[in-house]
Amino acid sequence: MPKITYKDFRGDTKTIEVENGLTVMEGAIQNEIPGIDADCGGSMACATCHIYVDEKWLNKIPKAEEAEEDMIDMAFEPKKNSRLSCQIIVNDELDGLEVTTPEKQT
Amino acid sequence: MKKTDVIIIGAGPIGLFAVHQLGIKGLKAVVIDNLDKAGGQCIELYPDKPIYDIPAVPECTGEQLTTRLLEQIKPFKTELFLNERVDEVDKERDNWVVKTNNKKEFIAPNIIIAGGVGSFEPRKLSLKELEKFEGKSVFYAVRNKEHFKNKKISIFGGGDSALDWALELSKFSKITLIHRRNEFRGAQHTLSELRKLEKEGKVSIKTQCQIEAFDNEKELKSITIKFEDGKKEKILTDVILGFFGLIMKLGPIAEWGLNMDKKTVEVNPKNFETNKKGIFAAGDICSYPGKLKLILSGFHEVALASVECFKRARPNEKYKFEFTTSSKTIQNRLGKK
Repeated sequence: MPKITYKDFRGDTKTIEVENGLTVMEGAIQNEIPGIDADCGGSMACATCHIYVDEKWLNKIPKAEEAEEDMIDMAFEPKKNSRLSCQIIVNDELDGLEVTTPEKQT
Repeated sequence: MKKTDVIIIGAGPIGLFAVHQLGIKGLKAVVIDNLDKAGGQCIELYPDKPIYDIPAVPECTGEQLTTRLLEQIKPFKTELFLNERVDEVDKERDNWVVKTNNKKEFIAPNIIIAGGVGSFEPRKLSLKELEKFEGKSVFYAVRNKEHFKNKKISIFGGGDSALDWALELSKFSKITLIHRRNEFRGAQHTLSELRKLEKEGKVSIKTQCQIEAFDNEKELKSITIKFEDGKKEKILTDVILGFFGLIMKLGPIAEWGLNMDKKTVEVNPKNFETNKKGIFAAGDICSYPGKLKLILSGFHEVALASVECFKRARPNEKYKFEFTTSSKTIQNRLGKK
């Protein structure tokens, strides 16, 4: 199973195995990783699963759709490498992916 | 103080269907919601997105579901109190007294909390220190245009609210519109009007930048924005308007003495009562073993809660289970002859 590393804003990291086909958000929620709220449950409607994707992984993930960018406008401290973790689907090629959760989601 | 049988907190699909389940049992209810319209998340988060798992409705949008529920509860002529956030819940003998942020008061033997993930509140600017200017020079909504005349206003956001207010307020104030990226998601014709005003030097538009700092004095005088390339710019500003949409916050619910599990209220799945007699929770906000956050689960939850509400509101009457198809009493309540 692909390993995903979740880093919080303080730098604490947790690495977990996430099943292929689940989203990076679901991986976090199912493993009680703090820092991701996912209030809307993954329907791309709330921007509370906002994360920063490690630069070296950015081009390995399909680009954000316009609707995702629209939601990221509303996130707390969006950056160039901001994504919604509910829109990143885990597969073998993402083994080793590193994401950072923001200081807060709202 | 308004007296009723059940105070429903939250006008989302579950709160609305609660009105129905109580209404067919002959119980009166009021619904209170912090938003300016009924529908909750369905209307605020996904009015145009399809829902496929409402029994017997193969596909409908959040808005359609809300409209149909409002239609379904019409016969009960229930009052909806919108733009009201429930702040306090206090016990008064066998009743509960509910107070809102606008000082409205309600009393009833039952409360059904159908509050979803909490109340919708505006998302705020990331600089926490700006809080002290809120309501004075930092706003997240325009309630009275008069307050925004002859000012230097920095408007943040890329959606319709940001664009519409930039255009409207530019008639009598100096506007700077600031957005984190080049693309605006708001209506393109509003944007082209703003671009026209920009060319004429009447509006200033800054993109790919965010707020970095502000004059930390008694009054707001200027802000500093930082562009993606690292450049900074100072903008004379005496009013900031932020339009980043709404966010759900649990809010005061956490302070009512209910047993909570993270952001949800623990209930007994037999009748969806919380640890407080007469306070029920249903829909996304309740938790019990096996809970699914589905609209259809919420419908079931309020159906059961309404039976317990009946017993508390009519202690001297016996609850009689009836079908809508065959009960003359229910059909009368629904206005069917």
